[in-house]
Amino acid sequence: MDFNGVEATRIRQEIDHLKSKKRNIEQQISALEAQLNQLEVNSSTVCPQPLSNGDLSNSNGLSPDMIYRYSRHLLLPSFGVQGQANLLKSSVLVIGAGGLGSPALLYLAACGVGRMGIVDHDVVELNNLQRQIIHTEAYIGKSKVESAAATCRSINSSTQIVEHREAFRTSNALEIVSKYDVVVDATDNAPSRYMINDCCVVLGKPLVSGAALGLEGQLTVYNYNGGPCYRCLFPTPPPTNACQRCADSGVLGVVPGVIGCLQALEAIKVASLVGEPLSGRMLLLDALSGRFRNVKLRGRSLQCEACGDDAVLTRQTFSEFDYEKFTQTPLSTVPLKLNFLSADDRISTKEYNEKVRKGDAHILVDVRPSHHYKIVSLPNSMNIPLSTLEGRLPEISAALEKEVNKENGSNTSLFVICRRGNDSQVAVELLHKLGFTSAKDIIGGLESWTHNVDPKFPTY
Amino acid sequence: MQLTLEFGGGLELLCDSVKSHNINVDPQDGEKQLTMKNLLSWVRTNVIKERPEMFMKGDSVRPGVLVLVNDTDWELSGQLETVLEEKDNVVFISTLHGG
Repeated sequence: MDFNGVEATRIRQEIDHLKSKKRNIEQQISALEAQLNQLEVNSSTVCPQPLSNGDLSNSNGLSPDMIYRYSRHLLLPSFGVQGQANLLKSSVLVIGAGGLGSPALLYLAACGVGRMGIVDHDVVELNNLQRQIIHTEAYIGKSKVESAAATCRSINSSTQIVEHREAFRTSNALEIVSKYDVVVDATDNAPSRYMINDCCVVLGKPLVSGAALGLEGQLTVYNYNGGPCYRCLFPTPPPTNACQRCADSGVLGVVPGVIGCLQALEAIKVASLVGEPLSGRMLLLDALSGRFRNVKLRGRSLQCEACGDDAVLTRQTFSEFDYEKFTQTPLSTVPLKLNFLSADDRISTKEYNEKVRKGDAHILVDVRPSHHYKIVSLPNSMNIPLSTLEGRLPEISAALEKEVNKENGSNTSLFVICRRGNDSQVAVELLHKLGFTSAKDIIGGLESWTHNVDPKFPTY
Repeated sequence: MQLTLEFGGGLELLCDSVKSHNINVDPQDGEKQLTMKNLLSWVRTNVIKERPEMFMKGDSVRPGVLVLVNDTDWELSGQLETVLEEKDNVVFISTLHGG
């Protein structure tokens, strides 16, 4: 290792060391802050300081600081001191500190919820920041919970923040949820949604559920005051390929932002006992046309397997239920990795790179949708989206013929690439069936190209 | 009978990404009324352009699709037996999971 390498390693170690020290100090500070807040809350509620005659500000349990901080709430006739006092006594759990959780957490921290829990196992990544507005560049690579908690504390140090830096699973769900009054589902996958619903039914907790994808959002409150639960509406999970993910289909950042804010609103209404929570109704947002639609839902289903009259859901059956199997979808957001072609029909990105460098005659077909192709593509590739492949075979034949004539040989290969190496396998299988028997899949797609060949090639 | 159909939550992808459809459909021969069951099979034939299995299962919608007749869950109006009337608005929306 040369001198620069040694020096870089030393600096990295020093940075890691300092970061760990910083983390420790931050933890000590937040523990002390929580202690201090507790003391202040106790002194204002248990032994009110005598103030001048006629000043009743402390009889309602609010300290002068609280009165000032929440004055705009207190001035609302329909919310007032009672609403704020209820909120300060309440606890809210937000599961997921992503696109929905970010704005929900910001408002819940600001509004004066007494105690707030945050669950997430993920770390902050650069491609989160377009919508997950609670996180900042300084936290890239760090726990989302740590990052979200730090922001919430900086907004309102009097709210107690509990960090659950773990994945939400049947093994820890009951213990975590039982400590809170209201649950906000800000997750991004079907198995989590069923799991959170069932956990809330078992423990009798109201559930504020939001979802967003692309330019659409949905919001409702489940398991509230005799209203329906998620399973009353969706007793059978949808087919796996019907569940699109933001990482594949995209999402305009402000759309989960709007829904997350509305989740905070519903959580505040439930916790403060003010207003009419969105139970038995659903709010649908179509951001593109600027339309909200408020629809009436069915009531609680007597046949519901979670909350129905004959439901057998208990703590025990909940903790043994396999939600991944039920929904045929993994709980983790790791992208699907198909692997069904035989080794002979595939080559690695390194092998493909070798062929390009040697100048081997070939055609490269990129089967991603055209809007993906416009983001980034390999030179000399032709874009034929998988959905249009069958109809555009003549283009491939023509390109192969042209390449054969140019090279004056017959060993022209046909390679197929996509983003991660799943669709390219489907395409190769289809091409084989349609007579292009030499078509080969490039394993792992463009992501593998970045990892194994060209680190500067953009990923998305 | 004139109806407005709307598709959302990704279902519009099954009909050339068109979300709103003004359609004209009449009860079949011998039938006096148009039910949701009739409408679904009509939609499957005339509106859905690809992957019909992502829209229907059996003679109803696939799991995970909410059906709203005039902004009300069709569970409250009789599901497949819901009788449609002139100018009704029918929404098919796939439940979202993203966040």
